[in-house]
Amino acid sequence: MSEERVGFFTDTSVCIGCKACEVACKEWNALPEDGLSLTGMSYDNTQALGASTWRHVAFIEQLPSGDGQSAADGDGRMRWLMSSDVCKHCTHAACLDVCPTGSLFRTEFGTVVVQEDICNGCGYCVPACPYGVIEQRPADGRAFKCTMCYDRLGTGLEPACAKACPTDSIQFGPLDELRERAALRVDQLHEAGVADARLYGHDLADGVGGDGAFFLLLDEPEVYGLPPDPVVTTRDLPTMWRHAGAAALSVLGGLALSFAMAGRGAKAGRSVRAGRGALVGWGVTVGRGAMAGWGVTAGRGAMVGRGATVGRGAMVGRAAMAGRRRR
Amino acid sequence: MTRTESGPAPKGGRRRGDQPMVPRADFDSYYGRPVIKAPSWGAVDIAGYFFLGGLAGAGSTLAAGAHLTGRPRTATAMKVSSLAAVSLSAAALIHDLGRPSRFANMLRVLKPTSPMSVGSWLLSGYGPAAGVAAASAVTGRLPRTGALATGAAALLGPAVASYTGVLAADTAVPAWHGAHRELPHLFAASATAAAAGMALAVGPTRENGPARYAAGLAALADLASATAAERSLGMVAETWRQGRAGFLLRTARVLTVSGAVGAAVLGGRRPAAIASGLALLAGSACTRFGVFAAGIASAKDPRYTVLPQRERAEARADTGPGG
Repeated sequence: MSEERVGFFTDTSVCIGCKACEVACKEWNALPEDGLSLTGMSYDNTQALGASTWRHVAFIEQLPSGDGQSAADGDGRMRWLMSSDVCKHCTHAACLDVCPTGSLFRTEFGTVVVQEDICNGCGYCVPACPYGVIEQRPADGRAFKCTMCYDRLGTGLEPACAKACPTDSIQFGPLDELRERAALRVDQLHEAGVADARLYGHDLADGVGGDGAFFLLLDEPEVYGLPPDPVVTTRDLPTMWRHAGAAALSVLGGLALSFAMAGRGAKAGRSVRAGRGALVGWGVTVGRGAMAGWGVTAGRGAMVGRGATVGRGAMVGRAAMAGRRRR
Repeated sequence: MTRTESGPAPKGGRRRGDQPMVPRADFDSYYGRPVIKAPSWGAVDIAGYFFLGGLAGAGSTLAAGAHLTGRPRTATAMKVSSLAAVSLSAAALIHDLGRPSRFANMLRVLKPTSPMSVGSWLLSGYGPAAGVAAASAVTGRLPRTGALATGAAALLGPAVASYTGVLAADTAVPAWHGAHRELPHLFAASATAAAAGMALAVGPTRENGPARYAAGLAALADLASATAAERSLGMVAETWRQGRAGFLLRTARVLTVSGAVGAAVLGGRRPAAIASGLALLAGSACTRFGVFAAGIASAKDPRYTVLPQRERAEARADTGPGG
């Protein structure tokens, strides 16, 4: 990263649900209309983040209920929770890790952006995202998501949603500074008697290495449609590659065993002998090589996890340069 | 806000090794909406590819074995089958892209963190090898080149068959990632069963001894890894047992077991060998379509995303900070 890592701190305790962020995002990024239906479930007719919705204001109506688990405010009256959701720009981003074309890259600002001229619409990033953010646009085929207004950041402007937010619920800035500010805000709310206030996505030790866009919430994350303990699944990739290697070897071994048990074929004629000689010799050599290769792959797989952070740094720089040049 | 009820407790008593905690009975979801997005992949394209890629990959190894041990008709038939399967695979994969004309971008970079990138490179090495092996076997020309290609395809094939398990497991889809240790083994076993089934169906009975043994071994490995997967999945294993996925996976088990038993007992007779082979092929296809359907079902219900995560977070909180 050549620049300081920036991000969003969305303080939902001051969100008034005006949706100015949604509108500003659509306007600035020229996002197409993606449905004008009424859901009937709440004032939320946007429903979810998606290919053409990069900010989504959730409306949660909590009615006092008998079981007392999460009902309403301290006085037992109904309350509204509103929260503007966005791409988390994860420190360890699964979408970026699994993208086979290199279309998704990390910018010099530490954000995660799709290069639309590279994306071939394989859709792998969609189920990889633990937050359900990125999506393919049906008519287009390619994947789209929040860029944190990469074009605006480049000229020193803040993202459109933060600019438009009338209550400063969406705060943009250097991530370290935002984390300090958020910690103070939680303390302030706790002192004021809002015991449920908690930060989400601020912890650098969480399953995605912390979010570039984190939140102050007033209830459990799942109430807002957020996963309570997300992980970047590439964390388990070294284990998975080892198992795949073992499984591949077991196919070779199982079939070799089957041939050994069945013995020679009825017609080991001369016609096959020439080709067979070549295959045997070659098979043994390559087989040995393959075994060594698997060992290396497994070893390397183990290193992927550890090296990811270091390697990512180097890749970020290069990808960013590439992205810049293209622009 | 919607209070989401958790389903009935899994059948059967709790055994040792089961989940240490009972998941919270219910939780608040956002109007019952999914937390993660299900893949938009077409089942026919992608589950179909899992099946065909496995059939091709394990089939190439079986073909090389037949080639080496003097079973020429099975060898040729399996080489042709692998070429056909990998060609259909490539077509399905390109068809499923949002931008099919940009399929070549798959080879723009090589990323070990992306199973799809690794798979693309594997296929681009394996595909031509399978093609040359089949062409040489059918035409009888360039036997040495054909033998080399047969060997290369035989060694790359098992990787093609098993990496698809990683492809599915390296996602946030609970029914796939929860079984990330078992899925490559299940897919490899299922691929071997499919290849053995094809060899039984198309090879002459005097050459099908190895395929009969392979069918039995593959069926055992298939059952063992599917059982292990369901154990690892905990409450998410529901998605492997219910609905369309449950039906497909139960059918897969019946077909695979009956195919393997049929091959072992009656494989010496042509009609029985063909029937057993077809059952094994159908069983493998049902396994892939079943696992695919379970993944989609688990992605669409927030319960399967939230409850295991909540359980994990609570277990961590119980063991204290840093635990």
